[in-house]
Amino acid sequence: MAKILMKGNEAIAEAAIRAGCLNYFAYPITPQSEVAEYLSWRLPEVGGVFLQGESEVAVSYMVFGASACGERVFTTSSSPGISLMSEGISYIAAAQCPAVFVNIMRGGPGLGGILPSQADYNQSVKGGGHGDYRMLVLAPASVQEAAEMTMMAFPLAEKYRNPVMILGDGLIGQMMEPVEFSEELIAEPSNKDEWATSGMDTRKSDKRNLVKTLYLVPEELNEHNLFLKAKYDRMEQEEVRFVSYNIDADYTALIVSYGTMSRVCQTAIDNLKDEGIEVGMIRPQTLFPFPEKAVLDAASKEGCKVAFSIEMSMGQMLEDVERSVKGRCPVRWYGKCGGEVPTPEEVVDVVKSNI
Amino acid sequence: MQSEVMFAGFGGQGILLSGKILAEAAMDEGYEVGWVPSYGPEMRGGTAYCTVVIGDRPIGSPIIKNPMHLVAMNRPSLEKFARIVKPGGVVFINSSLISVGSGRDDIDELKVPATEIAKNLGNERAANIVALAAFVARSKIVDFEVLKKTVKAEFAKKEKFIPLNMAACEEGRKAASK
Repeated sequence: MAKILMKGNEAIAEAAIRAGCLNYFAYPITPQSEVAEYLSWRLPEVGGVFLQGESEVAVSYMVFGASACGERVFTTSSSPGISLMSEGISYIAAAQCPAVFVNIMRGGPGLGGILPSQADYNQSVKGGGHGDYRMLVLAPASVQEAAEMTMMAFPLAEKYRNPVMILGDGLIGQMMEPVEFSEELIAEPSNKDEWATSGMDTRKSDKRNLVKTLYLVPEELNEHNLFLKAKYDRMEQEEVRFVSYNIDADYTALIVSYGTMSRVCQTAIDNLKDEGIEVGMIRPQTLFPFPEKAVLDAASKEGCKVAFSIEMSMGQMLEDVERSVKGRCPVRWYGKCGGEVPTPEEVVDVVKSNI
Repeated sequence: MQSEVMFAGFGGQGILLSGKILAEAAMDEGYEVGWVPSYGPEMRGGTAYCTVVIGDRPIGSPIIKNPMHLVAMNRPSLEKFARIVKPGGVVFINSSLISVGSGRDDIDELKVPATEIAKNLGNERAANIVALAAFVARSKIVDFEVLKKTVKAEFAKKEKFIPLNMAACEEGRKAASK
């Protein structure tokens, strides 16, 4: 298939349809409104459902309802909207229903700004809603990857019967790049008989499905949490994804960075190489599960004097980098949070002044 | 090799579209491309700009501090961005709306009355295509015939505008060679 020049937001929308998702509920917000705009005409073309909810809270429960019926479903929003959806996300995780949430992040806290940010790292990775739950968090660094991760997100959500989040900064949504879509996936979740409350006559099994999140008996709730924990542990075993850059060089510093920020760092690493300074990079593609071992191994390499967490947030990922590095070398933070993306020149200066 | 072009002007001048057409033409020529819009609060105040990055290997940072070239469609854009263009780049100036020069002697300044040319063709809105064509003719950043093909494809759904925009391409090319 030929490459198409598309905005990240449009690529996410098209990829969802190609992944067999025909249900989309959302409420518009900059910088991701193009997803809704695109799907408002595209979904009716393929017989899907496009519905603009009255609020993000309502949307999160529309997603819950569709998923409980065994439908592939997703929504998109940006930071303040995701805060509102967090209640529903907690319920969906508790009920073990699959769903895909896309957060095209803008600056916060509060209304913040509309420019790119990565300040919802903790919200996404540590659980923005209440209770002991986790989302599998995918972090694209290009429009192509945003499309691929969207297609990947649906089967992953079904495999774990859990919400999956695609976490992109505003630039990933707004930027246009060439994108090529891969083969279409099957339209129906294959394992939906495990949870779908779609009526006994539509299912092969005679087991009664019950979607619930209320466990008043303490032993039962504890048991439920242990079961969920085992599932999140399995994600940490099976779903870690990352890309390394210049990692075979004899580097003196290691950068950990994701999304648009990692591309800026990549250019900075090329520029530093021209000056004779070698820097390696680990770019997490999954933020939960975090590529702990890859970061530890890279930071433990002989000659690596310092590691950096470079992020458009105030040291949120830094905690995970420090946890992974286990004191093998000092860990420094660099970033900006106003919506301005740091330039390669800034990253070069930060590296140089710390080695 | 990597080259960057910044398009800047008033909202409504077709700035984002010019950038998109150039990015598509470069993509068709087999280059890696990125199109980065300004979507910040300044859009609501009236100015719009975007940067097109064209390279022969995957594009790293989409954030460009100093673009190679600038296409300025109004005076505030020229005043704001002329100084950040890399030496040796092309600075296109829409002289219908901009009465001053870039004030730089280390760049290739191209003054074309794009708005006036478009008006003479019968539609002021084609000024962005006149400017894009003149810029491409001067910078040779993509093949001119590929550009024309991309412009034509862009208006495939609005066929009645194709002759106007083809004429805008030709007039832009002529103006650039003067």
